[in-house]
Amino acid sequence: MMTDPGTAAPTSGSGAPRLKFQNVSMVFPDGTHALDDVSFNVAPGEFVTVVGPSGCGKSTLLRIASGLTPHTSGVCEVDRGSIGYVFQDATLLPWRTVQRNVELNAELHGMPKAERQAKATDAIKLVNLVGHEKKFPKQLSGGMKMRTSLARSLVLNPKVFLFDEPFGALDEITREFLNDELIRLFQHEQFAGLFITHSISEAVFLSTRVLVMSARPGRIIGDYQVPFGADRPHDLRFDPAFAELCGRISNDLKDAH
Amino acid sequence: MAMTTQHVPSFEAALTDDGEDPVRTIERTGKSRNPLRNFVPPFLMFLVFLGIWYAYSGLRYDIAAQRINALPFPHEVIRDGFLPLWDENNGLRPALGYLWVTLIGTLTGLGVSIVLGVMIAVVMNLSKSAERAIFPYAVVAQTVPILAILPLLTQVFGEKFMVRLVVIVLIAIFPVITNTLFGLQSADRLHHDLFTLNKASRWTRLWKLELPGAVPALMTGVRIASGGAVIGAVVADFFFTRGEKGIGFFIRVKQQRASERPEMFMGTILASMFGVVMFLVIGYITNRAIRNWHDSARDRT
Ligand SMILES: Nc1ncnc2c1ncn2[C@@H]1O[C@H](COP(=O)(O)OP(=O)(O)O)[C@@H](O)[C@H]1O
Ligand SMILES: [Mg+2]
Repeated sequence: MMTDPGTAAPTSGSGAPRLKFQNVSMVFPDGTHALDDVSFNVAPGEFVTVVGPSGCGKSTLLRIASGLTPHTSGVCEVDRGSIGYVFQDATLLPWRTVQRNVELNAELHGMPKAERQAKATDAIKLVNLVGHEKKFPKQLSGGMKMRTSLARSLVLNPKVFLFDEPFGALDEITREFLNDELIRLFQHEQFAGLFITHSISEAVFLSTRVLVMSARPGRIIGDYQVPFGADRPHDLRFDPAFAELCGRISNDLKDAH
Repeated sequence: MAMTTQHVPSFEAALTDDGEDPVRTIERTGKSRNPLRNFVPPFLMFLVFLGIWYAYSGLRYDIAAQRINALPFPHEVIRDGFLPLWDENNGLRPALGYLWVTLIGTLTGLGVSIVLGVMIAVVMNLSKSAERAIFPYAVVAQTVPILAILPLLTQVFGEKFMVRLVVIVLIAIFPVITNTLFGLQSADRLHHDLFTLNKASRWTRLWKLELPGAVPALMTGVRIASGGAVIGAVVADFFFTRGEKGIGFFIRVKQQRASERPEMFMGTILASMFGVVMFLVIGYITNRAIRNWHDSARDRT
């Protein structure tokens, strides 16, 4: 784990990329041109965030990475052995308690009951939901639902973790808490992360690299290594260097339309 | 893990604050404000209804000068129909024996409708062509006037328990099929994606996603079906002369003599109350089953 915020060394991935996009394009059957010639890699320990105007093809990018939607040209190679996918919506099953929701992915993968229960208990601790195990989604706040959703993916120890604007619907305070939390999870698990957001500060705070996408068809029009170490203290957000980087990305986005 | 726990108190504060649902609290106090409001309007309506009944019976009484063909007064229905409550040959008790037969028939028919209906809906949900093949016949079962096919059913199923069961199922199965199918098909697209990502089989998808999600819709179907089942049981009593007889038979027989007409009314009231009780019991069961997770559960009666 890299822990030297002082030297401002970019946290770069180690080892072979687990997620590779090479000249990937996507045209839907109805003719919608969603992605155009997108190329980038994500290695373990790398956390890449994509920002872009809504409708530019960000969700499509993740659906292609996960294999849910086949792309129309280019090469997409993803280590799909254990993939984590957090949707914009928490997508909890309303008839299951928190505990049983967290067990779901493992259950569908056929993990034995005792093992998945133990792993779910660990994941619930990791996302700070201890004491809420027996609640139903209806009884949870938006933030708690999202944590449950995170925990559900964590149980499988994903090597590739995809996030589709997971905190977009939350208020800013809750979002920042969950960002801090996610940084810790990332340091703990060292997955290859691909994160979608429309919040520039969230993008910079979380990632090792930020990609800026143009309006449809989505192309990559900006690529920034984030020069902060693996530790991302809460008040990094008030650092002048942080603001400066946010400003540059914001400028790119202005041109994106 | 020390790193992840250091913020726990502030997390707890941030989360439990919006964890309580203020809307629901307001709703609750709003409801308990005046329980009488729920009962007074229907009670007034009942008084109006009684008034009309008395007026109409009184009119008939004056014109005919004697009670032949006349509509008995409500108090006569109580006195000569329901009372005595517990006598071997008069009043309420013999009617309850018939109602018991109707109850068994209705519950059996409803049970068969639920099992068969869910199975058919599952098959229709699994395959589009099965859906296309079955749906027209489900509609036919619903729209054919039941009385028009009773003679046909007699030829095929005889005149005893079996044919009564078929009549009830013919009426009750349609709402079970359509509501269950709707429930199965309304599973969230993202939930399906989640199951796809986890490489779930068709079977797993059915058991762990579609069927549990369809329970509220299924129960709505069962509530509608319960009304139809009661109708089917009573109609069968009017038509079929053999086999064990239910409350419909009792009503029909008691219509024939004017002196027994208060008993006819008693039977009619019993049959109606039976339908209402079925409806309420199913509503209660539904509420118990899904109140933890389904939004509509709290408001249903
Ligand atoms: N299945 C589909 N068929 C046709 N067009 C689609 C489909 N899915 C998404 N799109 C279109 O592709 C574009 C990109 O969608 P999406 O990836 O969801 O955007 P974003 O997540 O960046 O807001 C949008 O214009 C959307 O309407
Ligand atoms: Mg999107």
